[in-house]
Amino acid sequence: MRNIYADNAATTAIAPAVLDKMMPYLTKVYGNPSSLYRTGGLAKEAVENARANIAKNLGAKYANEIYFTSGGSESDNWALKGVCHALKSQGKKHIITAKFEHHAVLHTCEALEKDGFEVTYLDVYENGIVKPEDVENAIRKDTAIVSVMYANNEIGTIQPIKEIGAICKKHNVLFHTDAVQAAGYIKINVVDDNIDLLSMTAHKIHGPKGCGLLYVRRGVKIDNLIYGGAQEKGKRAGTENVAGIVGFDAALQLAIDNMKERNTKLTKMRDRLIDGLLKIERSRLNGNREKRLPGNVNMCFEGIEGESLLLKLDMCGIAASSGSACTSGSLDPSHVLLAIGLPHEIAHGSLRLTFSDENTEDDIDYILEKVPEIVTYLRAMSPLWEEIKKKEAQQS
Amino acid sequence: MVYSEKVMDHFANPRNVGEIENADGIGEVGNSKCGDIMKIYIKVDNDIISDVKFKTFGCGAAIATSSMATEMIKGKSISEALKLTNKAVMEALDGLPPVKVHCSVLAEQAIKAAVSDYYKRKGIDPEPIVGCIPECDDCACH
Repeated sequence: MRNIYADNAATTAIAPAVLDKMMPYLTKVYGNPSSLYRTGGLAKEAVENARANIAKNLGAKYANEIYFTSGGSESDNWALKGVCHALKSQGKKHIITAKFEHHAVLHTCEALEKDGFEVTYLDVYENGIVKPEDVENAIRKDTAIVSVMYANNEIGTIQPIKEIGAICKKHNVLFHTDAVQAAGYIKINVVDDNIDLLSMTAHKIHGPKGCGLLYVRRGVKIDNLIYGGAQEKGKRAGTENVAGIVGFDAALQLAIDNMKERNTKLTKMRDRLIDGLLKIERSRLNGNREKRLPGNVNMCFEGIEGESLLLKLDMCGIAASSGSACTSGSLDPSHVLLAIGLPHEIAHGSLRLTFSDENTEDDIDYILEKVPEIVTYLRAMSPLWEEIKKKEAQQS
Repeated sequence: MVYSEKVMDHFANPRNVGEIENADGIGEVGNSKCGDIMKIYIKVDNDIISDVKFKTFGCGAAIATSSMATEMIKGKSISEALKLTNKAVMEALDGLPPVKVHCSVLAEQAIKAAVSDYYKRKGIDPEPIVGCIPECDDCACH
Protein backbone atom coordinates (compact mmCIF):
# COMPACT_ATOMS: atom_id res chain seq x y z
CA MET A 1 0.00 0.00 0.00
CA ARG A 2 1.06 3.57 -0.65
CA ASN A 3 2.18 5.59 2.32
CA ILE A 4 1.80 9.33 1.80
CA TYR A 5 2.34 11.77 4.63
CA ALA A 6 0.39 14.93 3.80
CA ASP A 7 0.14 16.44 7.27
CA ASN A 8 3.39 18.38 7.48
CA ALA A 9 1.67 21.34 9.14
CA ALA A 10 1.03 19.03 12.10
CA THR A 11 4.61 17.83 12.33
CA THR A 12 7.43 16.63 10.13
CA ALA A 13 9.98 13.85 10.04
CA ILE A 14 13.42 14.77 11.35
CA ALA A 15 15.77 15.21 8.38
CA PRO A 16 18.61 12.66 8.48
CA ALA A 17 21.23 15.44 8.31
CA VAL A 18 19.58 17.10 11.32
CA LEU A 19 19.55 13.88 13.30
CA ASP A 20 23.24 13.33 12.50
CA LYS A 21 24.07 16.68 14.02
CA MET A 22 21.98 15.95 17.11
CA MET A 23 23.30 12.47 17.85
CA PRO A 24 26.61 13.42 19.52
CA TYR A 25 24.69 15.58 21.98
CA LEU A 26 22.49 12.65 22.94
CA THR A 27 25.29 10.15 23.30
CA LYS A 28 28.71 11.71 23.98
CA VAL A 29 28.38 15.39 24.81
CA TYR A 30 25.61 14.91 27.33
CA GLY A 31 26.94 17.34 29.92
CA ASN A 32 24.84 20.03 31.48
CA PRO A 33 25.70 23.33 29.79
CA SER A 34 25.72 25.00 33.20
CA SER A 35 28.53 22.74 34.46
CA LEU A 36 32.17 23.69 34.58
CA TYR A 37 33.79 20.54 33.25
CA ARG A 38 34.64 19.89 29.66
CA THR A 39 31.54 18.04 28.48
CA GLY A 40 29.39 20.76 30.01
CA GLY A 41 31.46 23.41 28.27
CA LEU A 42 31.10 21.67 24.93
CA ALA A 43 27.36 21.49 25.38
CA LYS A 44 27.26 25.18 26.27
CA GLU A 45 29.28 25.99 23.21
CA ALA A 46 26.89 24.03 21.00
CA VAL A 47 23.89 25.90 22.43
CA GLU A 48 25.53 29.29 21.95
CA ASN A 49 26.67 28.49 18.41
CA ALA A 50 23.11 27.48 17.56
CA ARG A 51 21.74 30.63 19.16
CA ALA A 52 24.12 32.83 17.17
CA ASN A 53 23.37 31.12 13.88
CA ILE A 54 19.60 31.17 14.42
CA ALA A 55 19.80 34.87 15.33
CA LYS A 56 21.67 35.50 12.10
CA ASN A 57 19.13 33.50 10.10
CA LEU A 58 16.24 35.49 11.56
CA GLY A 59 17.99 38.82 11.07
CA ALA A 60 18.19 39.49 14.82
CA LYS A 61 20.77 42.04 15.92
CA TYR A 62 21.96 40.10 18.94
CA ALA A 63 22.28 36.38 19.59
CA ASN A 64 20.93 36.79 23.10
CA GLU A 65 17.60 38.02 21.75
CA ILE A 66 16.90 34.32 21.04
CA TYR A 67 15.49 32.37 24.01
CA PHE A 68 15.04 28.64 23.66
CA THR A 69 11.76 27.14 24.88
CA SER A 70 9.93 23.82 24.70
CA GLY A 71 8.03 24.77 21.54
CA GLY A 72 5.59 27.07 19.85
CA SER A 73 2.89 26.86 22.51
CA GLU A 74 5.25 27.85 25.31
CA SER A 75 6.64 30.69 23.22
CA ASP A 76 3.16 32.05 22.47
CA ASN A 77 2.12 31.75 26.12
CA TRP A 78 5.28 33.43 27.30
CA ALA A 79 5.16 36.28 24.78
CA LEU A 80 1.63 37.28 25.71
CA LYS A 81 1.63 36.60 29.44
CA GLY A 82 5.17 37.89 29.89
CA VAL A 83 4.58 41.18 28.10
CA CYS A 84 1.11 41.80 29.53
CA HIS A 85 2.19 41.20 33.09
CA ALA A 86 5.30 43.34 32.64
CA LEU A 87 3.27 46.24 31.24
CA LYS A 88 0.30 45.97 33.58
CA SER A 89 1.82 48.42 36.06
CA GLN A 90 2.03 51.01 33.26
CA GLY A 91 -1.73 50.81 32.83
CA LYS A 92 -1.59 48.67 29.69
CA LYS A 93 -4.49 46.25 29.68
CA HIS A 94 -5.48 45.72 26.06
CA ILE A 95 -4.44 43.02 23.58
CA ILE A 96 -5.14 42.86 19.86
CA THR A 97 -5.14 39.52 18.08
CA ALA A 98 -6.99 37.80 15.25
CA LYS A 99 -9.87 35.35 15.29
CA PHE A 100 -7.95 32.63 13.48
CA GLU A 101 -4.87 32.47 15.69
CA HIS A 102 -3.58 29.18 17.02
CA HIS A 103 -5.18 28.13 20.30
CA ALA A 104 -1.84 28.72 22.02
CA VAL A 105 -2.52 32.42 21.43
CA LEU A 106 -6.32 32.44 21.70
CA HIS A 107 -6.53 30.42 24.91
CA THR A 108 -3.73 32.50 26.45
CA CYS A 109 -5.75 35.61 25.58
CA GLU A 110 -8.79 34.06 27.25
CA ALA A 111 -6.72 33.39 30.36
CA LEU A 112 -5.52 37.01 30.32
CA GLU A 113 -9.12 38.20 29.98
CA LYS A 114 -9.81 36.43 33.26
CA ASP A 115 -6.85 38.38 34.66
CA GLY A 116 -8.52 41.68 33.72
CA PHE A 117 -7.08 42.26 30.25
CA GLU A 118 -9.33 43.21 27.35
CA VAL A 119 -8.88 41.54 23.98
CA THR A 120 -9.89 42.69 20.50
CA TYR A 121 -10.22 39.78 18.08
CA LEU A 122 -9.75 41.06 14.53
CA ASP A 123 -11.70 39.73 11.57
CA VAL A 124 -9.80 37.78 8.96
CA TYR A 125 -12.41 38.09 6.20
CA GLU A 126 -13.22 35.49 3.58
CA ASN A 127 -9.65 35.36 2.27
CA GLY A 128 -8.19 34.65 5.72
CA ILE A 129 -6.00 37.76 5.83
CA VAL A 130 -5.88 40.43 8.53
CA LYS A 131 -6.21 44.01 7.31
CA PRO A 132 -3.43 46.27 8.66
CA GLU A 133 -5.87 49.18 8.90
CA ASP A 134 -8.01 47.11 11.25
CA VAL A 135 -4.98 46.75 13.51
CA GLU A 136 -4.43 50.51 13.44
CA ASN A 137 -8.09 51.21 14.21
CA ALA A 138 -8.05 48.79 17.13
CA ILE A 139 -4.97 50.26 18.83
CA ARG A 140 -5.77 52.12 22.04
CA LYS A 141 -3.69 54.07 24.52
CA ASP A 142 -3.68 51.08 26.83
CA THR A 143 -2.80 48.48 24.18
CA ALA A 144 0.05 46.34 25.45
CA ILE A 145 0.63 44.04 22.51
CA VAL A 146 -0.59 43.04 19.07
CA SER A 147 -0.28 39.36 18.16
CA VAL A 148 -0.91 38.27 14.57
CA MET A 149 0.46 35.03 13.17
CA TYR A 150 2.86 35.08 10.22
CA ALA A 151 0.97 32.35 8.35
CA ASN A 152 -2.11 30.43 9.40
CA ASN A 153 -1.70 26.78 10.36
CA GLU A 154 -4.94 25.55 8.81
CA ILE A 155 -5.45 27.57 5.65
CA GLY A 156 -1.85 28.66 5.10
CA THR A 157 -2.65 32.32 4.44
CA ILE A 158 0.32 34.66 4.77
CA GLN A 159 -0.28 37.85 6.71
CA PRO A 160 0.98 41.38 5.98
CA ILE A 161 3.40 41.18 8.90
CA LYS A 162 5.73 43.98 7.84
CA GLU A 163 2.83 46.43 7.49
CA ILE A 164 1.27 45.40 10.78
CA GLY A 165 4.69 45.69 12.43
CA ALA A 166 5.16 49.19 11.01
CA ILE A 167 1.79 50.27 12.41
CA CYS A 168 2.68 48.89 15.84
CA LYS A 169 6.03 50.64 15.75
CA LYS A 170 4.37 53.94 14.78
CA HIS A 171 2.00 53.68 17.73
CA ASN A 172 4.65 52.39 20.09
CA VAL A 173 2.85 49.09 20.70
CA LEU A 174 4.71 45.77 20.92
CA PHE A 175 4.19 43.32 18.09
CA HIS A 176 4.33 39.53 18.47
CA THR A 177 3.99 37.05 15.64
CA ASP A 178 3.57 33.29 15.78
CA ALA A 179 5.83 32.21 12.91
CA VAL A 180 5.58 28.49 13.61
CA GLN A 181 4.18 27.70 10.15
CA ALA A 182 5.99 30.42 8.23
CA ALA A 183 9.52 29.61 9.37
CA GLY A 184 11.54 27.89 6.70
CA TYR A 185 9.06 28.82 3.98
CA ILE A 186 9.16 32.61 4.15
CA LYS A 187 12.28 34.72 4.50
CA ILE A 188 11.91 36.24 7.95
CA ASN A 189 13.87 39.25 9.09
CA VAL A 190 12.75 40.43 12.49
CA VAL A 191 14.26 43.90 12.03
CA ASP A 192 12.92 44.56 8.52
CA ASP A 193 9.55 43.06 9.48
CA ASN A 194 9.26 45.30 12.57
CA ILE A 195 8.81 42.33 14.87
CA ASP A 196 9.37 42.66 18.62
CA LEU A 197 8.60 39.07 19.60
CA LEU A 198 8.46 35.96 17.43
CA SER A 199 7.56 32.33 18.20
CA MET A 200 8.99 29.38 16.33
CA THR A 201 9.32 25.63 16.72
CA ALA A 202 11.72 23.05 15.32
CA HIS A 203 9.41 20.15 14.56
CA LYS A 204 7.53 21.83 11.71
CA ILE A 205 10.74 22.21 9.71
CA HIS A 206 12.18 18.68 9.98
CA GLY A 207 13.70 19.35 13.37
CA PRO A 208 12.97 17.57 16.67
CA LYS A 209 9.83 17.96 18.77
CA GLY A 210 10.10 19.71 22.13
CA CYS A 211 12.28 22.60 21.05
CA GLY A 212 11.13 26.11 20.20
CA LEU A 213 12.23 29.66 20.60
CA LEU A 214 11.01 33.11 21.39
CA TYR A 215 12.79 36.07 19.85
CA VAL A 216 12.55 39.04 22.18
CA ARG A 217 13.97 42.29 20.85
CA ARG A 218 16.47 43.85 23.21
CA GLY A 219 14.70 46.44 25.35
CA VAL A 220 11.34 44.65 25.44
CA LYS A 221 10.13 44.14 28.99
CA ILE A 222 8.93 40.60 29.58
CA ASP A 223 8.19 38.73 32.79
CA ASN A 224 9.24 35.11 33.24
CA LEU A 225 6.87 32.31 32.50
CA ILE A 226 9.17 29.70 34.05
CA TYR A 227 11.26 30.42 37.10
CA GLY A 228 14.22 28.46 38.38
CA GLY A 229 17.83 28.38 37.32
CA ALA A 230 19.86 31.01 35.51
CA GLN A 231 19.52 29.53 32.04
CA GLU A 232 18.61 31.84 29.15
CA LYS A 233 19.83 34.87 31.07
CA GLY A 234 17.53 33.93 33.92
CA LYS A 235 14.47 34.53 31.74
CA ARG A 236 13.60 30.91 31.07
CA ALA A 237 14.73 28.36 33.59
CA GLY A 238 15.38 24.70 32.84
CA THR A 239 18.34 22.69 31.63
CA GLU A 240 18.77 23.35 27.94
CA ASN A 241 17.53 20.78 25.42
CA VAL A 242 21.00 20.69 23.91
CA ALA A 243 20.42 18.13 21.17
CA GLY A 244 17.07 19.74 20.37
CA ILE A 245 18.64 23.18 20.07
CA VAL A 246 21.42 21.86 17.84
CA GLY A 247 18.79 20.10 15.72
CA PHE A 248 16.64 23.22 15.58
CA ASP A 249 19.53 25.27 14.22
CA ALA A 250 20.45 22.58 11.69
CA ALA A 251 16.82 22.27 10.54
CA LEU A 252 16.36 26.02 10.10
CA GLN A 253 19.64 26.28 8.22
CA LEU A 254 18.61 23.44 5.92
CA ALA A 255 15.19 24.98 5.34
CA ILE A 256 16.67 28.37 4.52
CA ASP A 257 19.39 26.92 2.28
CA ASN A 258 16.96 25.21 -0.06
CA MET A 259 13.96 27.50 0.44
CA LYS A 260 13.80 28.77 -3.12
CA GLU A 261 13.85 25.42 -4.96
CA ARG A 262 11.60 23.80 -2.39
CA ASN A 263 9.02 26.58 -2.56
CA THR A 264 9.01 26.45 -6.36
CA LYS A 265 8.50 22.68 -6.29
CA LEU A 266 5.83 22.79 -3.59
CA THR A 267 3.92 25.67 -5.18
CA LYS A 268 3.69 23.73 -8.44
CA MET A 269 2.45 20.63 -6.62
CA ARG A 270 0.02 22.65 -4.52
CA ASP A 271 -1.49 24.45 -7.49
CA ARG A 272 -1.93 21.25 -9.48
CA LEU A 273 -3.65 19.63 -6.52
CA ILE A 274 -5.94 22.62 -5.93
CA ASP A 275 -6.93 22.73 -9.62
CA GLY A 276 -7.59 18.99 -9.61
CA LEU A 277 -9.65 19.01 -6.42
CA LEU A 278 -11.68 22.03 -7.54
CA LYS A 279 -12.99 19.87 -10.38
CA ILE A 280 -15.05 18.04 -7.76
CA GLU A 281 -18.48 19.61 -7.79
CA ARG A 282 -19.40 21.80 -4.83
CA SER A 283 -15.84 22.00 -3.59
CA ARG A 284 -14.02 25.14 -2.53
CA LEU A 285 -10.54 26.26 -1.58
CA ASN A 286 -10.34 27.84 1.85
CA GLY A 287 -8.20 30.96 2.16
CA ASN A 288 -6.52 33.19 -0.38
CA ARG A 289 -4.91 31.20 -3.16
CA GLU A 290 -1.84 33.36 -3.84
CA LYS A 291 -0.87 34.64 -0.40
CA ARG A 292 -0.53 31.12 0.82
CA LEU A 293 2.17 28.81 2.14
CA PRO A 294 3.60 26.75 -0.73
CA GLY A 295 2.69 23.41 0.85
CA ASN A 296 -0.85 24.14 2.06
CA VAL A 297 -4.09 22.94 0.48
CA ASN A 298 -7.34 23.33 2.44
CA MET A 299 -10.59 22.38 0.75
CA CYS A 300 -14.23 21.84 1.64
CA PHE A 301 -16.46 19.30 -0.03
CA GLU A 302 -20.15 19.87 0.58
CA GLY A 303 -22.34 17.04 1.81
CA ILE A 304 -19.65 15.01 3.55
CA GLU A 305 -18.01 15.06 6.94
CA GLY A 306 -14.26 15.47 7.38
CA GLU A 307 -13.48 12.66 9.78
CA SER A 308 -14.97 9.94 7.60
CA LEU A 309 -13.00 11.40 4.69
CA LEU A 310 -9.79 11.20 6.76
CA LEU A 311 -10.48 7.61 7.81
CA LYS A 312 -11.07 6.60 4.20
CA LEU A 313 -7.89 8.39 3.12
CA ASP A 314 -5.98 6.63 5.88
CA MET A 315 -7.20 3.29 4.54
CA CYS A 316 -5.64 4.29 1.21
CA GLY A 317 -2.39 5.20 2.97
CA ILE A 318 -2.85 8.98 2.92
CA ALA A 319 -2.32 10.86 6.21
CA ALA A 320 -4.15 14.21 6.25
CA SER A 321 -6.18 16.35 8.63
CA SER A 322 -9.51 18.12 8.83
CA GLY A 323 -11.13 21.00 10.66
CA SER A 324 -14.32 19.05 11.25
CA ALA A 325 -15.83 19.04 14.72
CA CYS A 326 -15.27 15.31 15.00
CA THR A 327 -11.54 15.69 14.64
CA SER A 328 -11.33 18.71 16.93
CA GLY A 329 -12.84 16.82 19.84
CA SER A 330 -15.60 19.38 20.25
CA LEU A 331 -18.98 19.86 18.61
CA ASP A 332 -17.87 22.93 16.69
CA PRO A 333 -15.81 22.78 13.54
CA SER A 334 -12.51 24.64 13.22
CA HIS A 335 -12.51 28.21 14.52
CA VAL A 336 -10.37 29.17 11.52
CA LEU A 337 -12.97 27.98 9.01
CA LEU A 338 -15.74 29.70 10.97
CA ALA A 339 -13.61 32.88 11.11
CA ILE A 340 -13.43 33.01 7.31
CA GLY A 341 -17.22 32.84 7.28
CA LEU A 342 -17.93 29.23 6.40
CA PRO A 343 -21.25 27.89 7.68
CA HIS A 344 -20.94 24.97 10.10
CA GLU A 345 -22.26 22.37 7.67
CA ILE A 346 -19.61 23.24 5.07
CA ALA A 347 -16.79 23.60 7.60
CA HIS A 348 -17.50 20.02 8.77
CA GLY A 349 -16.43 18.77 5.34
CA SER A 350 -12.93 20.20 5.27
CA LEU A 351 -9.66 18.56 4.31
CA ARG A 352 -6.17 19.91 4.93
CA LEU A 353 -3.25 18.48 2.99
CA THR A 354 0.17 19.92 3.82
CA PHE A 355 3.35 19.00 2.02
CA SER A 356 7.08 19.09 2.57
CA ASP A 357 10.16 18.49 0.49
CA GLU A 358 9.69 14.77 0.98
CA ASN A 359 6.47 14.70 -1.05
CA THR A 360 6.49 14.07 -4.78
CA GLU A 361 4.35 14.71 -7.86
CA ASP A 362 3.42 11.02 -7.66
CA ASP A 363 1.84 11.73 -4.28
CA ILE A 364 -0.29 14.42 -5.89
CA ASP A 365 -1.37 12.00 -8.64
CA TYR A 366 -2.40 9.43 -6.06
CA ILE A 367 -4.29 11.96 -3.93
CA LEU A 368 -6.04 13.26 -7.04
CA GLU A 369 -7.10 9.72 -7.81
CA LYS A 370 -8.32 8.85 -4.30
CA VAL A 371 -10.01 12.00 -2.99
CA PRO A 372 -12.67 12.26 -5.76
CA GLU A 373 -13.44 8.53 -5.37
CA ILE A 374 -13.92 8.85 -1.63
CA VAL A 375 -15.95 12.06 -1.88
CA THR A 376 -18.28 10.36 -4.39
CA TYR A 377 -18.59 7.29 -2.16
CA LEU A 378 -19.40 9.30 0.98
CA ARG A 379 -21.81 11.55 -0.87
CA ALA A 380 -23.69 8.52 -2.15
CA MET A 381 -24.55 7.61 1.45
CA SER A 382 -25.11 11.18 2.66
CA PRO A 383 -28.66 12.41 3.24
CA LEU A 384 -27.25 15.95 3.28
CA TRP A 385 -25.90 15.53 -0.24
CA GLU A 386 -29.26 14.10 -1.31
CA GLU A 387 -30.90 17.26 0.02
CA ILE A 388 -28.39 19.53 -1.74
CA LYS A 389 -29.04 17.76 -5.05
CA LYS A 390 -32.80 17.96 -4.55
CA LYS A 391 -32.60 21.71 -3.98
CA GLU A 392 -30.38 22.03 -7.02
CA ALA A 393 -32.97 20.21 -9.16
CA GLN A 394 -35.78 22.41 -7.86
CA GLN A 395 -33.85 25.56 -8.69
CA SER A 396 -33.05 24.57 -12.28
CA MET B 1 -8.63 8.72 19.39
CA VAL B 2 -8.78 5.09 18.43
CA TYR B 3 -11.78 3.17 17.17
CA SER B 4 -12.28 -0.51 17.90
CA GLU B 5 -11.79 -3.05 15.12
CA LYS B 6 -15.56 -3.59 14.99
CA VAL B 7 -16.19 0.15 14.48
CA MET B 8 -13.60 0.23 11.72
CA ASP B 9 -15.12 -2.85 10.10
CA HIS B 10 -18.60 -1.31 10.07
CA PHE B 11 -17.18 1.99 8.84
CA ALA B 12 -15.14 0.37 6.07
CA ASN B 13 -17.87 -2.10 5.05
CA PRO B 14 -21.13 -0.58 6.18
CA ARG B 15 -24.11 -2.93 6.09
CA ASN B 16 -27.52 -1.86 4.78
CA VAL B 17 -26.46 1.34 3.06
CA GLY B 18 -29.02 2.84 0.72
CA GLU B 19 -32.70 3.65 0.47
CA ILE B 20 -35.89 1.60 0.32
CA GLU B 21 -38.06 2.88 -2.47
CA ASN B 22 -41.43 2.07 -0.96
CA ALA B 23 -40.41 2.30 2.65
CA ASP B 24 -43.12 1.93 5.29
CA GLY B 25 -41.32 4.34 7.59
CA ILE B 26 -38.49 6.85 7.28
CA GLY B 27 -36.77 8.48 10.24
CA GLU B 28 -34.26 11.29 10.02
CA VAL B 29 -32.43 12.73 13.03
CA GLY B 30 -29.55 15.11 13.63
CA ASN B 31 -28.69 18.18 11.62
CA SER B 32 -26.02 19.39 9.28
CA LYS B 33 -24.87 22.11 11.63
CA CYS B 34 -23.83 19.53 14.21
CA GLY B 35 -22.19 17.43 11.53
CA ASP B 36 -24.39 14.33 11.83
CA ILE B 37 -27.55 13.33 9.97
CA MET B 38 -28.93 9.79 10.03
CA LYS B 39 -31.79 8.66 7.86
CA ILE B 40 -33.24 5.17 8.34
CA TYR B 41 -35.74 3.45 6.03
CA ILE B 42 -37.77 0.47 7.21
CA LYS B 43 -40.00 -2.04 5.47
CA VAL B 44 -42.50 -3.71 7.81
CA ASP B 45 -44.33 -6.99 7.21
CA ASN B 46 -46.66 -8.25 9.94
CA ASP B 47 -44.96 -6.15 12.57
CA ILE B 48 -41.57 -7.51 11.53
CA ILE B 49 -38.87 -5.21 10.13
CA SER B 50 -38.25 -7.18 6.98
CA ASP B 51 -35.79 -4.70 5.51
CA VAL B 52 -33.85 -1.70 6.71
CA LYS B 53 -31.48 0.72 5.00
CA PHE B 54 -29.65 3.85 6.05
CA LYS B 55 -27.98 6.95 4.74
CA THR B 56 -25.68 8.91 7.03
CA PHE B 57 -23.76 12.17 6.86
CA GLY B 58 -21.25 12.11 9.65
CA CYS B 59 -18.04 10.83 11.14
CA GLY B 60 -16.71 7.29 11.26
CA ALA B 61 -18.64 6.50 14.42
CA ALA B 62 -21.89 7.85 12.93
CA ILE B 63 -21.55 5.56 9.91
CA ALA B 64 -20.51 2.55 12.02
CA THR B 65 -23.36 2.97 14.52
CA SER B 66 -25.89 3.32 11.69
CA SER B 67 -24.57 0.13 10.16
CA MET B 68 -24.60 -1.80 13.44
CA ALA B 69 -28.00 -0.51 14.55
CA THR B 70 -29.63 -1.49 11.26
CA GLU B 71 -28.07 -4.96 11.54
CA MET B 72 -29.46 -5.30 15.05
CA ILE B 73 -33.07 -4.57 14.09
CA LYS B 74 -33.24 -6.39 10.77
CA GLY B 75 -35.75 -9.25 10.97
CA LYS B 76 -36.85 -8.19 14.45
CA SER B 77 -40.34 -7.21 15.54
CA ILE B 78 -41.11 -3.54 15.98
CA SER B 79 -41.39 -3.91 19.73
CA GLU B 80 -37.94 -5.51 19.83
CA ALA B 81 -36.51 -2.77 17.62
CA LEU B 82 -37.87 -0.14 19.98
CA LYS B 83 -36.02 -1.80 22.83
CA LEU B 84 -32.68 -1.24 21.12
CA THR B 85 -30.65 1.16 23.23
CA ASN B 86 -27.64 3.21 22.30
CA LYS B 87 -25.76 1.26 24.94
CA ALA B 88 -26.47 -2.02 23.18
CA VAL B 89 -25.24 -0.57 19.89
CA MET B 90 -22.06 0.64 21.59
CA GLU B 91 -21.48 -2.72 23.21
CA ALA B 92 -21.97 -4.49 19.91
CA LEU B 93 -19.27 -2.25 18.47
CA ASP B 94 -16.89 -3.00 21.37
CA GLY B 95 -17.29 0.53 22.64
CA LEU B 96 -16.94 4.07 21.32
CA PRO B 97 -14.66 6.92 22.40
CA PRO B 98 -16.50 9.16 24.91
CA VAL B 99 -16.87 12.06 22.43
CA LYS B 100 -18.65 9.68 20.04
CA VAL B 101 -21.33 8.37 22.37
CA HIS B 102 -23.82 10.82 20.87
CA CYS B 103 -23.53 8.97 17.54
CA SER B 104 -25.00 5.84 19.13
CA VAL B 105 -27.77 7.98 20.64
CA LEU B 106 -28.57 9.28 17.17
CA ALA B 107 -28.75 5.70 15.83
CA GLU B 108 -31.24 4.73 18.53
CA GLN B 109 -33.28 7.86 17.82
CA ALA B 110 -33.22 7.32 14.06
CA ILE B 111 -34.78 3.89 14.49
CA LYS B 112 -37.45 5.31 16.80
CA ALA B 113 -38.12 8.09 14.31
CA ALA B 114 -38.56 5.55 11.50
CA VAL B 115 -41.00 3.51 13.62
CA SER B 116 -42.89 6.69 14.55
CA ASP B 117 -43.21 7.54 10.88
CA TYR B 118 -44.49 4.02 10.20
CA TYR B 119 -47.24 4.43 12.82
CA LYS B 120 -48.11 7.93 11.60
CA ARG B 121 -48.58 6.62 8.08
CA LYS B 122 -50.99 4.05 9.51
CA GLY B 123 -52.91 6.79 11.31
CA ILE B 124 -51.72 5.68 14.74
CA ASP B 125 -50.40 8.22 17.23
CA PRO B 126 -46.81 7.00 17.78
CA GLU B 127 -46.08 8.86 20.96
CA PRO B 128 -47.62 6.39 23.46
CA ILE B 129 -45.71 3.55 21.77
CA VAL B 130 -42.41 5.11 20.74
CA GLY B 131 -42.18 7.96 23.21
CA CYS B 132 -40.80 11.41 22.55
CA ILE B 133 -37.77 11.80 20.28
CA PRO B 134 -35.75 14.80 21.36
CA GLU B 135 -34.87 17.38 18.76
CA CYS B 136 -31.21 17.85 17.95
CA ASP B 137 -31.58 21.44 19.15
CA ASP B 138 -31.10 19.92 22.56
CA CYS B 139 -27.53 19.04 21.77
CA ALA B 140 -24.75 21.32 22.83
CA CYS B 141 -23.99 22.78 19.44
CA HIS B 142 -25.05 26.20 18.37
